[in-house]
Amino acid sequence: MTEFFQTHLGAGFGWFVANLILILLIALPLMLAVAMIIYADRKIWAAIALRKGPNVVGPFGLLQSFADGLKVFLQETIIPSASNRGLFLMAPIITFTVALLAWAVIPFGPGMVLADINVGLLYVLAISSLGVYGVVISGWASNSKYPFFSAMRAAAQMISYEVSIGFILISVILWAGTSNLGGIIDAQRGTILGIFNANALNPLLFPIAVLFFISSLAETARAPFDLTEAESELVAGYQTEYSSMAFALFWLGEYANVILMCALNALLFWGGWLPPVDWAPLYYVPGIIWFFLKIGICFFMFSWVKATVPRYRYDQLMRLGWKIFLPISLFWVFLVSGYLMITRYGALS
Amino acid sequence: MVDLSQYLPILLFLGVAIAISSIFVFLPMGVARLTGAHKPTAAKLAEYECGFPAFEDSRSQFDVRFYLVAILFIIFDLEAAFLFPWAVSLEEIGIAGWATMMVFLFELIIGFIYAWKVGALEWE
Repeated sequence: MTEFFQTHLGAGFGWFVANLILILLIALPLMLAVAMIIYADRKIWAAIALRKGPNVVGPFGLLQSFADGLKVFLQETIIPSASNRGLFLMAPIITFTVALLAWAVIPFGPGMVLADINVGLLYVLAISSLGVYGVVISGWASNSKYPFFSAMRAAAQMISYEVSIGFILISVILWAGTSNLGGIIDAQRGTILGIFNANALNPLLFPIAVLFFISSLAETARAPFDLTEAESELVAGYQTEYSSMAFALFWLGEYANVILMCALNALLFWGGWLPPVDWAPLYYVPGIIWFFLKIGICFFMFSWVKATVPRYRYDQLMRLGWKIFLPISLFWVFLVSGYLMITRYGALS
Repeated sequence: MVDLSQYLPILLFLGVAIAISSIFVFLPMGVARLTGAHKPTAAKLAEYECGFPAFEDSRSQFDVRFYLVAILFIIFDLEAAFLFPWAVSLEEIGIAGWATMMVFLFELIIGFIYAWKVGALEWE
């Protein structure tokens, strides 16, 4: 596509137009996906609680998220008089920008990636760390007690689990020998007995696949780790003072991050756009369908956990992150690298 | 040599993402003024505190443990950043590179055990 635009519009401008279209092809469907995933979340949650969930707006309530979106769009934006105006408005912008930006390196199919950089996983880790800024700035700029305490909690929680996520990513990179996301997927082809395309079915990597799933729940502040918006103690968390679209941007960013984490689960441990079994007829199904299917299954598990598991206490949360996940993931770096040194790189021979 | 042109789409993406989110924040503010929804009052603009006026500055003291967590995070995240290039090049650097990193990790674990023992990780 880039060539087509470059021959018609000149090298520089053609490149610009082609990439702009690609970016919008990622960003706009992502926002649509966020709207639908919020609906799916409410429906799954309702079904597990034997309720009906949203069922009024549109067929089966499918348009519920858009009705909500229109409602907040037409609301008044309230900027509290005690807040720091600039920072207050900057926080949702940062949150949503960062949530979109990580998708630049996610491969949707063979070669279907906007920026095929060779430090893809490092980029994702770096961008998702920046998400903390949106939270901290919103809590600080609101100049109100509940957002402030919530921002403190959220920041500490996010960075705690980022540490163990970092080490889990190292183990995956060690196994794949590259930090390019496409390369990590290719390395999973036939990884188990030449049959299954999934790192998670590897006995050595299965424990950290579980660890990564739980860490991604904590990283995105989903139940049972949703202490940042524990209604009974912190009202609505760091979003308490927000209204209108600024409030909605936190929601959009949060769910975009949830989808990103599901995508990472699929990419790193479940074979990304590869079919689950390394069998030729399955490759006729386009890779993007497998990828979205895996994201969908992962998101269903996110919703399932949210509907069934009670919330953690804050000290339990920090204990789990620092005293259990960190030592295990650190030990797994040692284990995976040692195993590879002996078997693949022939350290003993 | 790193081909920096790979990163140009990301830069463009950054611009687009900032533009989209800025539109989302500022457009409703304009729309609310046009539709008449924008009617600020003193009570509406006051910060939320369960229905009574705030009696204390919200930027008060907070628990020092949050600060400790931040410091520990810097140490371990920096360590993870060191591990990334090591993990990719494990094949080239061989057993010597592996052993060096294990020594480094071991030293860090001593620090981690110390932090654990002095109670920096306690939240009760």
